[in-house]
Amino acid sequence: MIEVNRQGEVWVLAEQEAGRLSDVPLELMSKARELADTVSAPLGVLLLGHGAEPLAAKLIAHGADKVYLAEHPKLAHYQARGYAKVICDLIHAHRPQIIIFGATPLGRDLAPCIASAMKCGLTADCTDLQIGDHTPPGSKDEHKNLLLQIRPAFGGNIIATIVNYDRWPQMATVREGVMVMSRADVSRKGQVVRCAADLDGLALPLELLESRRQPKKVNLKAARIIVAGGAGVGSRDNFRLIWDLANCLGGAVGGSRAAVDLGFVDHDHQVGQTGTTVRPALYIACGISGAVQHRAGMQESAKILAVNSDPEAPIFSVAHYGVVGDLNQVIPMMIKAIRSGEPIRIKTSQAAAVGQGWST
Amino acid sequence: MGYHCVVCVKQVPDTKRITGQAMKEDGTVNRSALPAIFNPEDLNALELALSIRDEHGGSVTVITMGAPAAAEVLREALYRGADRVVLITDRRAAASDTLATSYILSCAVRKLGFDLVLCGRQAIDGDTAQTGPQLAQKLDIPAITYMEELVSLENGKMTVRRNVGNGWEKVRGTLPLLATVMDAANVVRPPAARRIMKYKKARCVAELAAQVEQAMPDASAEAKAQRVAELGREMAPRGLLIEQWDLDDLGADLAWCGRDGSPTKVHRIQSVVLTGGSYKEFPATPDGVATLVGELIEDHTIG
Repeated sequence: MIEVNRQGEVWVLAEQEAGRLSDVPLELMSKARELADTVSAPLGVLLLGHGAEPLAAKLIAHGADKVYLAEHPKLAHYQARGYAKVICDLIHAHRPQIIIFGATPLGRDLAPCIASAMKCGLTADCTDLQIGDHTPPGSKDEHKNLLLQIRPAFGGNIIATIVNYDRWPQMATVREGVMVMSRADVSRKGQVVRCAADLDGLALPLELLESRRQPKKVNLKAARIIVAGGAGVGSRDNFRLIWDLANCLGGAVGGSRAAVDLGFVDHDHQVGQTGTTVRPALYIACGISGAVQHRAGMQESAKILAVNSDPEAPIFSVAHYGVVGDLNQVIPMMIKAIRSGEPIRIKTSQAAAVGQGWST
Repeated sequence: MGYHCVVCVKQVPDTKRITGQAMKEDGTVNRSALPAIFNPEDLNALELALSIRDEHGGSVTVITMGAPAAAEVLREALYRGADRVVLITDRRAAASDTLATSYILSCAVRKLGFDLVLCGRQAIDGDTAQTGPQLAQKLDIPAITYMEELVSLENGKMTVRRNVGNGWEKVRGTLPLLATVMDAANVVRPPAARRIMKYKKARCVAELAAQVEQAMPDASAEAKAQRVAELGREMAPRGLLIEQWDLDDLGADLAWCGRDGSPTKVHRIQSVVLTGGSYKEFPATPDGVATLVGELIEDHTIG
């Protein structure tokens, strides 16, 4: 670990693959910018790769004061050992106070490795980050301006705020979509700090044989209207009700984790703490009970409409509109009401519906 | 050639069925108040180890760090076919976060020796997925996380297909290494009836001590200790004494264990209280629904 450094910078890891920046760092940077301003520290973004330099300008436009650029052939493709070595060297050299990673498969592979090497604290899947003070129970020492790492825990029944006051840097991972994407401002100025990547003597233990990446079939984050189904829908066949309602609204289809686990809908459609976080203008939750992990993924929707046969379902406490009833009857009523109302233009989500095998 | 696999498993509260007060004042988990289960993805890790042994030979040792009640998951591991099980239990390990837990596990794994370490991807109580990769870092071996399929294992080289979020990649590494296993990786075999019959009587020393305490509460401490040792001597040759190690048996540095060894501390716990904004309910009738839809069209939410 490094010593507590109150002048340390706030850092974000920028994930990139084959020269393309993931959305996640741009989301993290908006929150990191706020945190950096609160503790009056610069915001640094770590960019590792081989030929990644062109991405630095975008990171600066999105709020980076500094981009720490480390280029090396052994960083061309992500592997924990090489990335962790370079980042640990940077941590020792620059002693940041906070480092934020996306809670992506890459982030969740890399961040624990770094935290273990640095013997520092790491909190996974934070849904919020703030700056605050902490006094350990039974102590008179107040630790000021710590990173408060906030996340649901214990099956979602509690919200825990975690702190790390003596084993720095303070590290946290945050899921995609939880933070709002930062705005680009091309007039922003920042510095590219070229860092040596001390990897020549390092053997990378894993050999990449083959890889297949598919862009997501559905872009939930961009959808203005989302119709989501839960375990209450009952079957993959019956999920056609969700697709039909989404289609007639020009919306995208979402699913709770339960619906995805049960095979009613593919993982790309999952909304919630372990899926995608969304903020559509309208979120229609059908047969979704509304567990905290699901609510964490949709509760900032502008309008929430819940349809559930259980009047006690937690989803109703975050909904603006509710219908207590059987979705098998309510959804057809909604479709009928919509079709007999103003004509709705069907948007591109229909292509996704066709991909799923349902006729529109 | 056989492989010696060590599988790290955890007994977890069944977080899908929590009711009532689950947390203590200081923010740590009150594990004894809840129904406890074998962490689901750890069963997949155990299944992988057993299949490797079935195909290539070798042995499967299952370890867990927890309170004496965690011996139950070790029995379940024995029912499914584990060759050896060890309970790591010590009050001084309580309140360990992932850094402290991975340190303690690394001491145990080193003591056992290994070719391959397998863990579930994440536990359903902490949900961090950190312990596996941190354990690998401490053992100075590569970690392959999010394993979905064992593609091949030959002459000490392992090829794995792993999930990378928006697709997959196939990586190959040379043993020793650690892998974290996802639920998609395999179908878990059920416990074998004959092994249940045999191993349901297996106990660790702490459980025997509790048993003896109940049977002879008024006996002297010495008499109780003697009885526990006697029971242990009877059970060990039958394979029914579950090995139990504490932090001293592991040679662990206490500064890296328990609360003191855990950089992450709880600042605050809040119960989730549901609050709504404005809420309007509509009857589940054609007219009710039509009124609702009308409102949404009216304010341009729809269309």
